[in-house]
Amino acid sequence: MARIFRPKVVTANALVEGDVIYLTEDDSWSRDLAQAEVLTDEAHAQLRLLEAAARSDEAVGVYLADVTLSPTGPQPTHFRETFRDTGPSNYPHGKQADL
Amino acid sequence: MYRYTDFDAGFVAERNRQFRQQVERRLDGSLTEEEFKPLRLMNGLYLQLHAYMLRVAIPYGTLNGRQMRALADIADRWDKGYGHFTTRQNIQFNWPKLSNVPDMLDALADVQMHAIQTSGNTIRNVTADHFAGAAADEIADPRPVAELIRQWSTDHPEFQFLPRKFKIAVTGSPNDRAVTRAHDIGLRMVRRGADHGFEVIVGGGLGRTPLIGKVIREFLPEADLLPYLEAIVSVWNLLGRRDNKYKSRIKITVHEHGLDDIRARVEARFAELRATFSGIDQALFTEIKTTFASPTFQAKDTTPFDQAYATDPVFWAWADSNLAPHRAPGYAIAQISLKAHGATPGDASSDQMRVMADIAECFGHDELRISHEQNVVLPHVHKSDLPRVHALLRQHGLATANIGQISDIIACPGMDYCALATARSIPIAQQIATRFDDLKLEHDIGELKIKISGCINACGHHHVGHIGILGLDRAGVENYQITLGGDHTESAAIGDRTGPGFSADEIIPAIERLVAAYLEIRSDPEERFLDTYRRVGMAPFKAALYQADGRAHAA
Ligand code: HEM
Ligand code: SF4
Repeated sequence: MARIFRPKVVTANALVEGDVIYLTEDDSWSRDLAQAEVLTDEAHAQLRLLEAAARSDEAVGVYLADVTLSPTGPQPTHFRETFRDTGPSNYPHGKQADL
Repeated sequence: MYRYTDFDAGFVAERNRQFRQQVERRLDGSLTEEEFKPLRLMNGLYLQLHAYMLRVAIPYGTLNGRQMRALADIADRWDKGYGHFTTRQNIQFNWPKLSNVPDMLDALADVQMHAIQTSGNTIRNVTADHFAGAAADEIADPRPVAELIRQWSTDHPEFQFLPRKFKIAVTGSPNDRAVTRAHDIGLRMVRRGADHGFEVIVGGGLGRTPLIGKVIREFLPEADLLPYLEAIVSVWNLLGRRDNKYKSRIKITVHEHGLDDIRARVEARFAELRATFSGIDQALFTEIKTTFASPTFQAKDTTPFDQAYATDPVFWAWADSNLAPHRAPGYAIAQISLKAHGATPGDASSDQMRVMADIAECFGHDELRISHEQNVVLPHVHKSDLPRVHALLRQHGLATANIGQISDIIACPGMDYCALATARSIPIAQQIATRFDDLKLEHDIGELKIKISGCINACGHHHVGHIGILGLDRAGVENYQITLGGDHTESAAIGDRTGPGFSADEIIPAIERLVAAYLEIRSDPEERFLDTYRRVGMAPFKAALYQADGRAHAA
């Protein structure tokens, strides 16, 4: 049986700030996971990953991260991605500081 | 303290100038990340989960007030107002922007500091006993040796593309506070009659395959140090497994070839190399030693100390746990705990850094040390000044009386910062510290070293903790494995795994059960956790851990 393709987003760290960014549908980078383009088709996901990886003067360490869909937008499935999307747990720094 | 020569200053300035241009070329798109990454790592710049991280070397853990203040200024100006002191006597800034890093490096160079060889497959920042030059039990100050090694190894042309990172630690005391047996090379000063020399230990290391270093040479005369080190590194440089990152460290080379084979190769290479060292290294060593001249100690009345000790229970508790014997009469070594209950182990705010700088300048012969246990040390304080020092520390949340105790935990950054992590370490350390503080058991428990790593790389030294905790990712959930009986001192040992790990919710109660079992079975309050473990073995601790939750069968 073919493996089920789980929804994904393209994510990376910004070149200058180093913070976590997500690729949006209109080819910009957003710091907000809610605005990320959710990729549900494997071939399309691979293509978007290649396109994003080519933008090496904006983003570092581009990869596909699993998400689940929710009414408020994509949600991380793994705790590592949850931390990337919020910040460290010992100080209110990182993305959680901007909320 | 060692002062940069014109050569050192010029070298660092040139390196910074080059890196500034490399950053510019990265920002304007002329360098790709693949091209830039090795360059940034050579200058201590990592990319972590939420931001870049700049790792700055504090050679042999020594710095003065001015340098500490510069670190505080850097933290305020380009970071978030704090720094993280690590087990490798480095400080890490967790939030720099790439475009600011060249300015940060220039600010460091202004106070004779840098980030060179804090990363990459080179000989890393050489670490030393944090009580160097002060300890009552010391044969000689190990820092001139560390500085000699630093000068020899920095940009050494043969050693810029080693099979893997290479870490050297030096101690001048028979009581090993530098974890020499967990380093690629550990050096312990020894005396044979009037002759000065080293016991040379090779192939120690933690990480995925923890191994205790083995003695490759029982007595190496002092004058032979650099040719012998060069022989070891060059033998490994050729033999080391470049095909497999997990087998590349010298510990594996020694393990695969056997100590005798490696020793024979090293001795042969040493015989060749020795002749090529013309004695310049010894002249340099003599010169370096003069820059580590001991401060001029004063003879003063210690009554203020004795009075405070007799009348102030808070001071008395702090003195008992945070002071260590100094070689000069009337003096003490004072440890400043960066482990306030519930705080992040090893973190200091910029204000705290400035206070420590002030105290060092006013009361501590302008010297500070960073210990591998992630605390700060005032190596030379006259006892009569300690009540005032303590009062100042207390005003700034720096007077926690817990050195060597259950809340004096080493923890790596873990998943809160580190891109390699499989679980968090910091919150576990915070919760253990707060829990035992609430229970008011800490002083009763006595010496107990807990060390936590957020992945198998073991940056938090968990293998050599009396209680070691390793955070793993088990099917997408944080899981914590416990080891017992590790020891980081001269009687170094790797801890034994207790059995299956615990979830983030279960780990604190599990530690509590372990400690309760210890309190029950220790022969008397003087018997440390580690001694009890050595006496009774794993069984009662395993029972305490797993029977309570009905998992005995699973273990
Ligand atoms: C956050 C960035 C860090 C990264 C990417 C990192 C990476 C690594 C890796 C890959 C290893 C295993 C090396 C090997 O076995 O070959 C290692 C070991 C080690 N690191 Fe880190 N580390 C980081 C932070 C730290 C910190 C904060 C400390 C101090 C608290 C530290 C101290 C050490 C020590 C003591 C070892 C183990 C000893 C050894 O086998 O050499 N590292 N690190
Ligand atoms: S032990 Fe693992 S998680 Fe902790 S700092 Fe080292 S690499 Fe990161």
